[in-house]
Amino acid sequence: MELLIVFAVVLAVVAVVGAPLRGRARGLDPDAALRAELADLEAAKDAKYREIRDAELDQRTGKLSVEDHRALDAELRAEAIALLKRTDAVRARLGALAGETPSAAPPSAVG
Amino acid sequence: MATVGRALLIVAFAVALYGIGASLYGAFAGGRAWVDSGRRAVYALAGVLTLAFAIMEAAFLRSDFTFSIVATHSSTTTPTFYKATAAWSSQEGSLLLWVWLLSVWSSIALALTRRRVREVAPVATAVLMTFASFFLMLTIFFAQPFATLAQPPSEGTGLNPLLRHPAMMFHPPMLYSGYTLFSIPFAFAIGALVTRRLNAEWIVSTRRFALAAWLCLGVGIVLGARWSYTELGWGGFWAWDPVENASLLPWLTGTAFIHSIMIQERRGMLKVWNASLVLATGTLAILGTFLVRSGILDSIHAFGASTLGVPFLILIGAMVLGSVGLVVWRRADLRSEHELDSLFSREAVFLLQNVVLVALAFVVWWGTFFPLISEVFTGTKASVGPPWFDKYIVPLAFVVVALAGIGPLVPWRRLTWASVRRGFAIPLAAALATWLALLLVPSAWAQPKPAAFAGVAAFVLASVVQELWRGMRARQAVSREAAPVALAGIMRRNRRRYGGYVIHAGFATLLLGVAISTSFQHAKDVSLMPGQGTRLDGYDIRYVRATASATAEKISLGAVLDVSKGGRHVATLRTTRGFYPSQDVSQGIVGRFFGGESESQVGLRAGLGRDIWTVINPNLTPLAGIIDQGNRTFARAMTAIVRGGASQRALSELYALRDQAILAVARRFVANPWPADFRFIVSTLTTWIWIGAIVTFLGGLLALWPAPAAARRRVSAGYAARVARELARTTQ
Repeated sequence: MELLIVFAVVLAVVAVVGAPLRGRARGLDPDAALRAELADLEAAKDAKYREIRDAELDQRTGKLSVEDHRALDAELRAEAIALLKRTDAVRARLGALAGETPSAAPPSAVG
Repeated sequence: MATVGRALLIVAFAVALYGIGASLYGAFAGGRAWVDSGRRAVYALAGVLTLAFAIMEAAFLRSDFTFSIVATHSSTTTPTFYKATAAWSSQEGSLLLWVWLLSVWSSIALALTRRRVREVAPVATAVLMTFASFFLMLTIFFAQPFATLAQPPSEGTGLNPLLRHPAMMFHPPMLYSGYTLFSIPFAFAIGALVTRRLNAEWIVSTRRFALAAWLCLGVGIVLGARWSYTELGWGGFWAWDPVENASLLPWLTGTAFIHSIMIQERRGMLKVWNASLVLATGTLAILGTFLVRSGILDSIHAFGASTLGVPFLILIGAMVLGSVGLVVWRRADLRSEHELDSLFSREAVFLLQNVVLVALAFVVWWGTFFPLISEVFTGTKASVGPPWFDKYIVPLAFVVVALAGIGPLVPWRRLTWASVRRGFAIPLAAALATWLALLLVPSAWAQPKPAAFAGVAAFVLASVVQELWRGMRARQAVSREAAPVALAGIMRRNRRRYGGYVIHAGFATLLLGVAISTSFQHAKDVSLMPGQGTRLDGYDIRYVRATASATAEKISLGAVLDVSKGGRHVATLRTTRGFYPSQDVSQGIVGRFFGGESESQVGLRAGLGRDIWTVINPNLTPLAGIIDQGNRTFARAMTAIVRGGASQRALSELYALRDQAILAVARRFVANPWPADFRFIVSTLTTWIWIGAIVTFLGGLLALWPAPAAARRRVSAGYAARVARELARTTQ
C-alpha cells in the first residue's frame, strides 16, 4: 500500500513536471531581449503614471501648490512621453522581427 | 506511514534538484519548455511537501508514538489544539514546516509572475529550489521528521508546557512565512543581477511578496511578545534575546527595502542600495533560522545544541559571498538613472530613514553576536543586556518614529516653504500641545524619554489624521460623497499610500506603548498567605484564597486575588502554576506528577490605561513529606501487585487510588495553605502596544491588498490617454 502511494506520487510529479517537455519543442526565444526591454518599459511607464497620479493627489491635499504641481506634472508627462516613444520603438522592432504590424505586439503588463 | 513520509522527502529532494537544473538549462540553453518544466517542479514540490506535512500532522493528531517526533513532543493528554501545533515545537518538524511554506509561497510567486520577468524568473526559481534542496537535505540527513522508534512508548513526553499558548499556534508559522517570503525578493534580485535585468520590473513583480514577508514577520514578532507577556511569568514582552533579535534583523532591513524600492520604481535610483538591502534581508532571514537551530547562542527560544550549525554556516557564507560578488560584478548596471532633486523631498526622507533603520539593524546585530565576537577576541563569552540595547536603540527609534510623521507630509521630488507651513503646522502644534499637557501631569517629565516620545507620537498621529482628512476633503470636493464614503473611497483608490500612513500611525502607537509601559512600571515580589494583602501603585491587592485542581494533563495550584483602589473593587485576578508529570520514574509514583516541567497562567486585568499583572509561584517544599510518604506507600502496593501477577484490574485500582491521592495532596494547598510567592506588576499603556500592532497590521493588509484589475486598468488607461494626447500634440 505504502509503495503504491509513493509510486502514484512519483507518477503525478512526472506528469506535472514533464508536461511542457512533451509538447512541441520550444527553443530559445529570439525576441527575448526585446520582450524583456518592453516589459521594463511597461513597468517604468506604469510607475510614471502612478507618479503623475500621486503628484495630483499631493496637490489636492495641499502638499504641492498649483504652480509647483503644474511644473512637476509637465516634467512627469515629458518623462512619460519619452517612455511611450521608446515603448513604441521597441514594439515596432518586435513587430518587424515577427513580420507583423506593430499593433500585433504582445499586450502590455499592468503593474 | 512514516515510510511514505521518508520517501516523499526523497522525492521532494529529487524534484528540487531537477527544478534547479531545468530552470538554469532552460534559461541559458534549452528554452521556454525547460523553464516551464522547472517552474512546474516548484508546484510539484509544494504538492509533495503538503502530503508529507499532512502525514506528520496526522501522526500527531493520532498520537502515533511509532514516530519518534510524536513520542518526544506530544502525549495522549495533550489537547488536540496543541497536538496540531506540537509538530513545529521540534527541530525536525519545524524544518519541514519551513521548507513546506517555502514551496507554497514560491509556487504562488512563480504562478503570479509567469508571464512577467521572463528572463529573471528561471534564475529566481533555481535560487528558491536551492533553498528547498538545502532544507530537504537537512530533513533527510540531519533531523528526520519521519524517524521511527523500534519500541514505541505507551505515552509520549508531552509538549513543552511553555508552548501551550494560543499564540504558539500562529507564532512559528508566521515567522517562517516571513522568512520564506523574504526568500522570494532575494531570489528575484539574484535573478535580476545575473541576467542584468535591473530595472523596475523585478521590483514591481516581487514588491507585494516583500510586503507580505514584512507583515508576516511582524505579526510573528508581536505574537512572540504577547506570548512572553502572558506565559513566561516575568512580566515583560521583549528581552533582547538572541532569537528575538534574529527575527527583528530582517524585519528592520525589510522595512528599509519596502520604502527604498519606491524610489527605484519611480526614479531608477538607489539600485545598488536596494539590491544590497534585499540580499542582506534574505541572508538575515536565513541567519535567524540558523540561530534558532544551531544552539550557538543561549536562548529560551532555541532548539538547543545541534549538528545543523555547519551546514547553515556554509549556506550563509555562500549567500554573503555570492551577494557581494554579484553586486560588485554588476556595479556598472546598477548606476542610478537620476540624481536626488532636493535634500528636502520624500526621497531624501526615505533615504535618511533607510540609514537609520540599517543603523538599528547593525546595533541589534552587534549586540546579538557580541558573545561570539568577544569570545573570538578575548576568549570569554561576554554578553550585553537590555541597558546596552536601550542606550543605542532608543535614540534611533526616536528618529525613525519622527520620520514616520515627516514622510507623509513631504511631497516627492521637492519641498517648498509654503508646503512646509501647510503640512507641518498642525502636527507640530499637536506635539507641542502634548508636551505642554504633560507639564500638568505630576512626575510625567521625571522620565524625559517617554515624555519626549509622547510628543513625537502625537506628531505622527496628527500628520496621519491630517493626511486622511485632506484626502477625504479632496475627494468630497469632486464627488460630493458623505465623509465616511469619501474616506473609504480615497483609501481604496490609494491603498499603498494610505495603507502606509495607517502603518505609521499604528507603529507610533506601538512604540509609545513600549516607551510608556517600560518607563512607568511598578513591580513587586511578595510572599502572601490567604487573607493577606499588599499595596502597589495605589492598588490594594488581597490574596483571597488558594485554588487547586488536577487533570490528566497537569496539576494546577493557584490563587484568587482581589484588586481594589480607594475601597472600590477594580478586578478579580486568577493565576495558576501548572505542574506537568515527569517521565522520570525515579521521582516516585506520586512525586513524578509534581516533578516535571511547569508553566504559569498569568492573572491579568488589561485596560486602556493600566495593566494589573500577577503570577503565582507556589512553593512545593511543604508537600515534600506527604509526597515521599505517598511514593513509599504506592511503591509497596505496586510491589505487592507485581508479585501477585500484576493483574490489570489490580493495577487499574491502584492507579485510581494514586489519582485520588494526587488530588488530595494538591488540595492540601487549599485546605492548609502556606505562603505563596507572587509577582505583581502595574504598568501604564501596555494595551496600546497590542492596539498599535493591530493597527499596523491592518494598514499592512490595506497596502498589500490588490486593487481590482479592472480598476487598475481604468486608472492606468486614464493617465495613458492624457499622456497620449500630450504626445500627439508634441508630434504634430
